[in-house]
Amino acid sequence: MAEFESPTTLVAAANKTREAGYVDVDAYSPIPIEELHHAIGFKNTKLPLMVLIGGLLGGTGGFSLEYWVSAIAYPLNVGGKPLVSWPMFIPVTFECTILGAALTAVFGMFMLNKLPQPYHPVFNNPRFAMASRNRFFLCIEATDQQFDLDKTRAFLDTLGAHEVTTVAE
Amino acid sequence: MALRETADQIFPELAQNQRNFLLAGGAGLVVSAVGYATNPEQFFPAYLLAYMLVLGLSLGALAFTMIHQLTGGAWGVVARQSLGAATRVLPYLTVLFVPIILGMPYLYEWTHADVVAHDEILQGKAAYLNTTFFIVRAAFYFAVWNGLAFVLNKWSKEQDETANPALPLRMQRLSAGGLLLYAFTMTFASFDWIMSRDPHWFSTIYGALIMVGQGLITLAFQIIILTWLARRKPMSDALTTTYLHDLANLMFGFTVLWAYMSFSQYLIIWSGNLPEEITWYLDRMQGGWTALGVTLVIFHFAAPFFLLLMRGIKQNRGLVRKVAMLVIVARVLDLFWLIAPEKTHEGGAISLMQAISWQDVVVPVALFSLWIGFYMQQLRQRPLLPVNDPQFEDALGPALAHAHNAGAAH
Repeated sequence: MAEFESPTTLVAAANKTREAGYVDVDAYSPIPIEELHHAIGFKNTKLPLMVLIGGLLGGTGGFSLEYWVSAIAYPLNVGGKPLVSWPMFIPVTFECTILGAALTAVFGMFMLNKLPQPYHPVFNNPRFAMASRNRFFLCIEATDQQFDLDKTRAFLDTLGAHEVTTVAE
Repeated sequence: MALRETADQIFPELAQNQRNFLLAGGAGLVVSAVGYATNPEQFFPAYLLAYMLVLGLSLGALAFTMIHQLTGGAWGVVARQSLGAATRVLPYLTVLFVPIILGMPYLYEWTHADVVAHDEILQGKAAYLNTTFFIVRAAFYFAVWNGLAFVLNKWSKEQDETANPALPLRMQRLSAGGLLLYAFTMTFASFDWIMSRDPHWFSTIYGALIMVGQGLITLAFQIIILTWLARRKPMSDALTTTYLHDLANLMFGFTVLWAYMSFSQYLIIWSGNLPEEITWYLDRMQGGWTALGVTLVIFHFAAPFFLLLMRGIKQNRGLVRKVAMLVIVARVLDLFWLIAPEKTHEGGAISLMQAISWQDVVVPVALFSLWIGFYMQQLRQRPLLPVNDPQFEDALGPALAHAHNAGAAH
């Protein structure tokens, strides 16, 4: 794991790491850095698709519920309107779409990023606490196919890092 | 330094484009004059439609200028100079309002004394709906809009030149009051100019619907013009994928807001089913109007909604521009839906085929061309980016510096 002093050096280093062929790479920064997603080779997640499906399911569910209640379970003539007055169902359909999409977004996010995560090996580095203040970290994980403790360490040393450390599992 | 260059210096062809648009608009007006001479009954509704369309381009820009002063945001820094140019077309629009005053007898049945004499409801509304007060109100609206646009543009120019640190707060204060004034005046303007075409009918959300429409067409137009300006520096660097995405998201939001408000108006009136309210929809559910209603649901809501859900489209200049063009066409259809169904003397409205004429195409195209011509004339006079905007460095500093370094390296 390499420690950097500014976002620009971190992004430059991350770009070089990606170009060197490392895949299992993660970066830690106290502020959002737009270019970083691309620099660490971050792929778009499945989350948007999950949210869309969640929303559609919610909407269909809401509409079906209204249909079932007003046409099958408890048919009641209101104001001489047909039992299946679809304009009346739209607000509930809309709200259920939002509910389905929002819940999927929140829990889908937790599922995909594995939060909350009380333990992670990077915490073993005492300097890592600065990742939430003014230091920027780039971590090549041992699971990477190209990972070789000495070579990777030597590679990180070439990136102009403030300090390179090995983090125990 | 390139940032200080005016649009005219960066895009010398704008002068030619401006001339072409003004000539096309002028020619369109000449053809429209033939329509006026031969069939004023068709001409004035077409002119009102065209006018509301281009008014939205300027007033929506005024509203977004003021919103950006209050909320900040990088999207606004990118769009600010172009929005300003759009608001500076307002003086021309003030002049172009004159035909609507001349056409009042054709547009509004409440201007006819004999109609009012046989109509108790119109007699009750006569204190508000009368020709003199209509013109006085219009004068007030234009005074407010022109005043706001003039002062904001004057300060914006001063900021470009002197970076006076007192200006941002002054602009913010004016914008806070200005937005309230805009909402107030535009609500009543939409009641006066469009809703009173059907003087018995009323809907309190009407003004908000028109304002959302103005916001929507402004976003669509700005996306088209900004992606066009992004062919050269500095806009090519300033209009980053992120900011284009922001603008497209705003357009998405306004599409949904329009649908939300249109539907809530429909739902309330439909479920109430009261004789004095439901007529407006009954008129639009016969004589072929239903087809237009369904078209609106598809092209003003469903199509842009699903297209703008996709990130790939929102981040692609060419694709998002096509969606913006669709939105502008949908705005024309929506205004036609609001304005064109005219009451017949037997009650009920004329059919779609009776309402539509070649003038509904020619007059909007003519006014739109004229508007773009005037807009370009205004755009050319100032730089494309507000270098002294307090947020300029935060919003655009990295993007422009990055491009500069990349350029130097090559």
